[in-house]
Amino acid sequence: MGKVIVVTSGKGGVGKTTSSAALGAALAQNGEKVVVVDFDVGLRNLDLVMGAERRVVYDLVNVIQGEAKLTQALIRDKRVETLYLLPASQTRDKDNLTPEGVEKVIAALKKAFDWVICDSPAGIERGATLAMRHADVAIVVTNPEVSSVRDSDRIIGLLDSKTLKAENGERMEKHLLLTRYDPTRAERGDMLKVDDVLEILSIPLLGIIPESMDVLRASNLGAPVTLADEASAPSRAYFDAVRRLKGEALPVTVPGEKRGFFGKFFGRKAA
Amino acid sequence: MLTKPRPIRLKGRSFLALSLAPELPFEDWLAGLDDLAARSAGFFLRRPVVLDVDGLDIDKAELRKLVDDLSRRNVRVMGIEGARPSLLGADMPPAMSDGRPASDFEPPTESEADEAQDAPAVETIAAAGPAPAQATASLVVTEPVRSGQSLFFPEGDVTIVGSVASGAEVVAGGSIHVYGTLRGRALAGTTGNGSARIFCRKLEAELIAIDGFYLTAEDMEPDLRGQAVQVWLESNGLKTGILG
Repeated sequence: MGKVIVVTSGKGGVGKTTSSAALGAALAQNGEKVVVVDFDVGLRNLDLVMGAERRVVYDLVNVIQGEAKLTQALIRDKRVETLYLLPASQTRDKDNLTPEGVEKVIAALKKAFDWVICDSPAGIERGATLAMRHADVAIVVTNPEVSSVRDSDRIIGLLDSKTLKAENGERMEKHLLLTRYDPTRAERGDMLKVDDVLEILSIPLLGIIPESMDVLRASNLGAPVTLADEASAPSRAYFDAVRRLKGEALPVTVPGEKRGFFGKFFGRKAA
Repeated sequence: MLTKPRPIRLKGRSFLALSLAPELPFEDWLAGLDDLAARSAGFFLRRPVVLDVDGLDIDKAELRKLVDDLSRRNVRVMGIEGARPSLLGADMPPAMSDGRPASDFEPPTESEADEAQDAPAVETIAAAGPAPAQATASLVVTEPVRSGQSLFFPEGDVTIVGSVASGAEVVAGGSIHVYGTLRGRALAGTTGNGSARIFCRKLEAELIAIDGFYLTAEDMEPDLRGQAVQVWLESNGLKTGILG
């Protein structure tokens, strides 16, 4: 049975789709069987970031409404053969996602894949709540600035109340992925510090992804950054995040800090 | 013309009322009530009474007749609990809900009943006021209160072992204790309890209020920010102090 991960944030433009693609690709590059599901019906982007926009025939809404089989809608990546994409529909809206339909699709994907990564739309409405509903693990993507942090806090509250796990009285495993971290701006004090964000959100840190032109370049190329340039700084951060996701106790490095400080965030568990 | 309009203050307040649970058939039950009234005349006199009709299969006419029958016996019904909204007309006592059980009332013996009858009305109400020697309810929350969440506990004190996020609110009938950073709103003593206080380990609050008196972040003294602080109410407004 595969693990279902929701990549969510509340706020838009923080890097959910980029991170979904990068984490999915990184897992697949490690030999795991991965499907990345785009829940952003009406405003799909994941197909572009993964370079599959010309290959979309059927989508999530078609599958939910019984117009296509799941296997017809899944798109296999051309570079990593264990990586699949289930695209969203661009022409419909989020009302076409039904709770029963989503449940059926997720259950089927869990049987066939090791990891099911749900790329949540921004906001706290239907699309976002359905994307998180069946998750086993949540990755909360946050930028080091106040509005993103507050929206993430709101999403964490929803993860603890509106998901199937929460309703069954279980605890949802949550991780913080700090993206678009700019060491020079952090030094100047223009951004929230890593410590401040962790103190406010009080969930364990999965990784810090540095702000980088490599990410933008990869997106424009239609490749997850971990595939476009494995050696780039953001790629290495995503590969490390994946190792932590699989349970490895790997110290989190703050980009731009000296090596002596690397152990600082090791094993950080917030209150 | 009013030169300085005073705002109308609305407060929640809880009182102790007798809850009467009638049984079917009403004729027999009323006969039993008459019997009790005969032994202790004036037992229901001036007492607030709530009629609990939960689980009774009755229609609107029957309920109206019961209320009339009771008022003929000098039992004034101030509210009805457990009735479907369709049973309650505009001229009926209002619906009540969420009653909390208090200690049972013993029907008085004859000597007590005489005293009760002689005692002035004020005292009867005073006796029914605060629940005798009952511990105040308290709520302990061991997780952070997240943005957008609202913690509402009019029954008593709230203790939070964690932080209250920006955009979250905690509303308590009693005091509020935050063993973490208070970034959102904290409203204590909302049921009219002016002796309630707010304590927090680190004050970054957007708004704090006790019994309707409030301070926004702008009104707070800047040197309180980031400090361990307590807030209480005095006659001329909210007072704040740094906790040693």
